[in-house]
Amino acid sequence: MELLGYYNYWVFAVVLMIGFYAVIVCNNLIKKLLGLAIFQSAVFLMYITMDKVEGGTAPIIQKGVEGQIFSNPLPQVLILTAIVVGVSTTALGLAIVVRIKEAYGSVEEDDILAKDRQS
Amino acid sequence: MNLTEHLAALQVVVPLLAAPVIVLLQGKRLAWAATTATSVMAFIIAVALTVGVMNGQDFQYFMGSWDAPYGIELRVDALSALVLLVVTGASTVALLAAYHSVESQVETERQPLFYAAWVLALAGLTGITVAADAFNIFVFMEISSLASYVLVAGGPDRRALPAVFKYLIFGTIGATFYLIGVGLIYMMTGTLNLADMELRIHEVSDQSPILVAAGFITVGLALKAAVFPLHIWLPSAYTFAPHAVTVFLAACATKVSLYVLLRFDFFVFQQNLFGHEAQFAYFLMPLALAAIIVASAIAMFEKNVKRLLAWSSVAQIGYIILGASLVTVAGLSASILHIFNHALAKGTLFLVVACLALQVSQLRLGSLAGIAKAMPWTCGAFVVAGLSLIGVPGTAGFVSKWYLISAVLSLGPSGIALAAVIVVSSLMAVVYIWRIVEQIYFQPATAMTTVKETPISLLALTWLAALANIYFGLNPELPVTLSSAAATVLMGHLQ
Repeated sequence: MELLGYYNYWVFAVVLMIGFYAVIVCNNLIKKLLGLAIFQSAVFLMYITMDKVEGGTAPIIQKGVEGQIFSNPLPQVLILTAIVVGVSTTALGLAIVVRIKEAYGSVEEDDILAKDRQS
Repeated sequence: MNLTEHLAALQVVVPLLAAPVIVLLQGKRLAWAATTATSVMAFIIAVALTVGVMNGQDFQYFMGSWDAPYGIELRVDALSALVLLVVTGASTVALLAAYHSVESQVETERQPLFYAAWVLALAGLTGITVAADAFNIFVFMEISSLASYVLVAGGPDRRALPAVFKYLIFGTIGATFYLIGVGLIYMMTGTLNLADMELRIHEVSDQSPILVAAGFITVGLALKAAVFPLHIWLPSAYTFAPHAVTVFLAACATKVSLYVLLRFDFFVFQQNLFGHEAQFAYFLMPLALAAIIVASAIAMFEKNVKRLLAWSSVAQIGYIILGASLVTVAGLSASILHIFNHALAKGTLFLVVACLALQVSQLRLGSLAGIAKAMPWTCGAFVVAGLSLIGVPGTAGFVSKWYLISAVLSLGPSGIALAAVIVVSSLMAVVYIWRIVEQIYFQPATAMTTVKETPISLLALTWLAALANIYFGLNPELPVTLSSAAATVLMGHLQ
């Protein structure tokens, strides 16, 4: 069952596209940001999946234990950084949406475009 | 301890450490002075690195003395030295000119934070350029992007906010695509260091994930670099950003993404992936040509001066991509040279726009009518930089267009069509620059009693930038040497 063996990667692709679709289709800026967050978390899943080694545990060297199989810790560290980046992007995006709401009185893209055309 | 060994690290560390200090500074004048001092220092470091590279040195730095590929490697060669010069130079000139402009556009209590974001953007952009591994490039890319979203949103015009939101969405999608590509490569090769990656891709038996990674990375970086159909965030972001920020970002932000694109495609993928050369050329060349023609055409009909120049930037990115898509040493060095020369010309043009904006409230073409009578020197600088953008002999823009056209013509018959496109779009550049020149010189002035000549300090700086266009047009040795060295290094992997 090779197809099922790639289960996580299928989920990665599907979640990635759900996020991407939301970014493109949604008219509401908050929903766009939610889509962006989903889009980014799909990538986290990809990194976490690829470091898994069958039967591997946390990579801690202990006295008296030998022949242990470890999961690769590097992608986890990388994705920790990427999560921080994702959180700050979302925070900055929400801050901009707050200011858009103050300036335009709306968070719908259509309304904002219409108001820009009037002025 | 020898200081030159640490220059590559200092290039990033100096602005990065300055950022929290600038946040703490209270006065706006102090914050501006500290930011400018930091930027000048970064520029001096970049000059020192360039001098070293010109003397045949190759700067390699291992963070915390952990050897590559396990440790983090920083590396400065001819290509990165040239980009570092552009980034730090643009930042320094923009900052020296920024005080009055920022004063009039950003609220007083927010100015220290604004300058802190500027230094972070500088740290991020230099970081991308010195980093020698794929993941650090991603982290620095996000530092610079987040900081530049803050900078663009700093302006008083509310239309800046939707523009920056669009910029944020596109920038994040681009960076995430890049991250997916890097992940796929790591999965197959187990390394993040670019030099190590290049060696190990040979050994990968199943190349399809790498091929997918190449697609993700190329598209992601093309988004960041505003390559033609992915450019729609750029005009609004440049138009509504504070004028000083436009000078800085227009000169270097997209160029740094192009740098990563060139480095990744030529350093890691070419030769290692079957048929990548042809795919790279056939994918990017039509986009480059479309950018050159379509963006120039839109610029010809644009009414806002900043937006007009922003569209012209999209067209100029097309030239850079066109040179690279030829996949020859001549084409590549023309494209790298154009990174330098376009930064020079467009930086000067936006600097003049910043000077004009101090005197007039609107930057629509109509509201600038006859302004040259009141501001002859400022408008003179505009003409010089405009000529350089068009590519008139004796200016910097001519040198890179000359190299580009000779690279294109060496392709044979098909090259003549490409050369024709370049010539036609240069004529279109004549048209859109002329529209501005006609307005500011030959239209009757309309009710502009308050308009005065730019302050002498700002004017001196603008003319310095304008004269640099002429200097590098007449003595192009420095950028030409660096760019042909860079092209030889990049293409060396193909032989």
